[in-house]
Amino acid sequence: MATYKLTVNGQPKEVAVDPATPLLWVLREELKMTGTKYGCGIAACGACTVHLGGIATRSCVVPVSLVAARPILTIEAMAEDPVGRFVQDAWVEHDVVQCGYCQGGQIMSVVALLKAMPKPTHADIEESMGGNLCRCATYVRIREAIKAASQQLEEQARR
Amino acid sequence: MSAATRLTNNLLLGRRTFLRVSATVAGGLIVSLHFDLPLLAQEARRADSPPKVDPPNAFVEIRPDGKIVIMVNRLEFGQGIQTALPMILAEEMDADWSQVIAELAPAADVYKDPLYGFQMVGSSSSISHSFQQYRELGARARAMLVAAAAQRWSVPPAQCRTEASVVHGPGGQAARYAELAEAAAKQAVPATVPLKDPSRFRLIGRGIRRLDSRSKCDGSLKFGLDLDLPGMKTAMVARPPVFGARVNHFDDRDARRIPGVHDVFEIPLVRGTGVAVLADRFWAAKQARDGLKIDWDVSAVEHPDSARLLAKYRDLARTPGKVAASRGNEKKIDTFDASDRIVAEYDFPYLAHTPMEPLNTTIRFDGDRAEAWAGSQFQTADQAAIADVLGLKPEQVTFHTVMAGGGFGRRATPDSHVAREAATIAKRFRGTPVKLVWPREDDVQGGYYRPMHVHRVEIGVGPDGMPLAWRHVIVGQSITAGTPFESLIVKDGVDSTAVEGTIDTLYDIPNFHVSAHHPTVNVPVLWWRSVGHAHSAFVMETLVDELATRAKADPVAYRRKLLKADAKKLRAALDLMDQKSATWRTTLPPGHAAGIACHEGFGTAVACAVDVSIENERPRIHRVTIAVGLGLAVNPLGVESQFQAGVGFGLTQLMAKGAITLKDGRVEQRNFDGYTPPYIVDAPIAVDVHIVPSSEAPSGSGEPPVPVISPAVVNALTRLTGRRYRSLPLVTV
Repeated sequence: MATYKLTVNGQPKEVAVDPATPLLWVLREELKMTGTKYGCGIAACGACTVHLGGIATRSCVVPVSLVAARPILTIEAMAEDPVGRFVQDAWVEHDVVQCGYCQGGQIMSVVALLKAMPKPTHADIEESMGGNLCRCATYVRIREAIKAASQQLEEQARR
Repeated sequence: MSAATRLTNNLLLGRRTFLRVSATVAGGLIVSLHFDLPLLAQEARRADSPPKVDPPNAFVEIRPDGKIVIMVNRLEFGQGIQTALPMILAEEMDADWSQVIAELAPAADVYKDPLYGFQMVGSSSSISHSFQQYRELGARARAMLVAAAAQRWSVPPAQCRTEASVVHGPGGQAARYAELAEAAAKQAVPATVPLKDPSRFRLIGRGIRRLDSRSKCDGSLKFGLDLDLPGMKTAMVARPPVFGARVNHFDDRDARRIPGVHDVFEIPLVRGTGVAVLADRFWAAKQARDGLKIDWDVSAVEHPDSARLLAKYRDLARTPGKVAASRGNEKKIDTFDASDRIVAEYDFPYLAHTPMEPLNTTIRFDGDRAEAWAGSQFQTADQAAIADVLGLKPEQVTFHTVMAGGGFGRRATPDSHVAREAATIAKRFRGTPVKLVWPREDDVQGGYYRPMHVHRVEIGVGPDGMPLAWRHVIVGQSITAGTPFESLIVKDGVDSTAVEGTIDTLYDIPNFHVSAHHPTVNVPVLWWRSVGHAHSAFVMETLVDELATRAKADPVAYRRKLLKADAKKLRAALDLMDQKSATWRTTLPPGHAAGIACHEGFGTAVACAVDVSIENERPRIHRVTIAVGLGLAVNPLGVESQFQAGVGFGLTQLMAKGAITLKDGRVEQRNFDGYTPPYIVDAPIAVDVHIVPSSEAPSGSGEPPVPVISPAVVNALTRLTGRRYRSLPLVTV
């Protein structure tokens, strides 16, 4: 057991856990933030995606001991995020979700993409979303919603 | 049910008790309408059986703030029923849709499927079975609210009208449903109620967005795996490496050293035995479970092996099985020369469902009662199984239906093996909520797969290129043998879930013979979204395409010619698909090809055209046009969504790593690295969905997207490469 100081969604947190515990389980079980999902535990599905130091990261394979001072952003913070809320609104507007279990991770990947690349091409979308599995396969609407969010962001920037 | 916010005083409700007035813990009045089972299910209930204890607020609750809570008698796991059923009830009730809240109903008699008498989701039956039920529920609620208003104003009810949760009287009076609810609860329940003329529908037939979107986009929705109860522990089980094997002995010293691990013990499983670990947290449980040193006795069980099974199945396919369908002359096929005969052999591997949310069930056993939380497709069976393990009656188990992250059939297990495991562990820790989790590896390796199949088809082709004789042998395990469903589904030795989509083909083939072999194999099998239709439609639609090519005919025109005269629904879908895709199909860029497939199953007819090229040695699906005939589309937006995504799910069987294989009894894949479902690059880039206009009774849209897509894609690939693809998965193109 060791104690770690984390910054999650701008809030300082302290947890005492085994150093090998993946960040995913620290978020879900120590901090009771269950919006970040467990899907595979081997970084193969993207349901656990968070932003670590601004980079979309699979939290299921990051031991808490390696997080250090990097700020953590989770899906719970996206409603207040300048890009996140546009993405969430586009998701609702386009009725993207089905079972919804992967969608928090999908949205985290999209927000990271749009922050780095406000007008992603078809290829950019496939590249950055390529590791986010949706077993319902809602990919058609994910593509549409990403384009809509990108457009909304552009219009907002112009205003 | 948010039981904490309501007084659930477990009243013994009579058969015709419909309305309940209950109090919130905060003291405010809640008036709720309680409806009993529709007629058919009531008749099924024995007259001498004691009245059941049903939860209050069975279907509709009108809150003082105007919110209307509608209970959904099905699991929501992506299919959108949590929006569609409330739409139907709200339509007839004239409820203000913006105030509607949907809740998933717990296990209870009132929530059983009105036709099956069993609470479940499956066979795309939710809308078709509950359409009338929810319309009548809404109409009764409305009639009682109107009666209350008419009484208040001393006017005839017939002179009142309703709109958006308000009753309007003839003299300009108006009263909100919320203020009428208490008086409405005292009204007699009308035995019969008139239903709206469809021309007056305000919700049904309109594209309505899902009610659960926002909470699924902001992380607030709690799935079963997200449950966090006071004192809860996480359980995991080490299961045998070969199905049904048993623990000889185990060394748990390392496991017990992990902080947070409470107990390690052997448990009986539905198949064999295992070692359970109970810990404070998931991570400790996983580390401990994975670190167990277990000596298994695998000697007493069969060691299935995919390669050996394939060889055996191919041999079996060359011999006639139990007759599943027979029309015309069975021997006709033998009169055709090799030049007029197609002989095709197909094989399909085991497939796992791998819903995104790993399997889990939480149970707290309190001695004389228990509480369970599960995303279950079979609430009635799972509740009974938990009760059985705990030595309780089903009604002593409060069973909460929790939103599930996908399922595709995996949460509909006739043997309730996950529920039984969870109950077995919970029984040992009285008073402690135990959350049993199947990590992804357990899910991939744990069986309950779509069965492996071989199809062998011989077709005698007439001089006009049309099939005159068809002999079809299907080999695959029976899904229902040995389950309570066997007597309903297995007829004359044939499991209909293995031959559906073949025996009921809508193609007019004069001498048509289908038979089936159901070998017994030590691999647990289960229905996988669209069940038999996914492999059957693949065989039927690739062969019909081959016949069209051989006849040098247009694949759409050939199908039209071959369809039975009375295949109206499928013909209409085929025509609409043709009309909507003709332009792009005839103007494809070089390197692209169109593929066609059509199929009817679960009462829904689907036709599909795909635009495919080959990229990185894989099919690239640029576009899909779907036409669907499903009667009246309750929520066209939901139907569109199911089809746009459901075709992507169907592509699982074409993925290069879309197979579960066994070697000497052991499953060779462990996780999404070895068993890989479709990602964004594998799915169609665009899917346009067209619904055949209809006012007929609605059928479902959960299963029907799956069967058509794989044959359509493969038919396009064949046009590009000249190869036939008869062995899945599609390892090479």
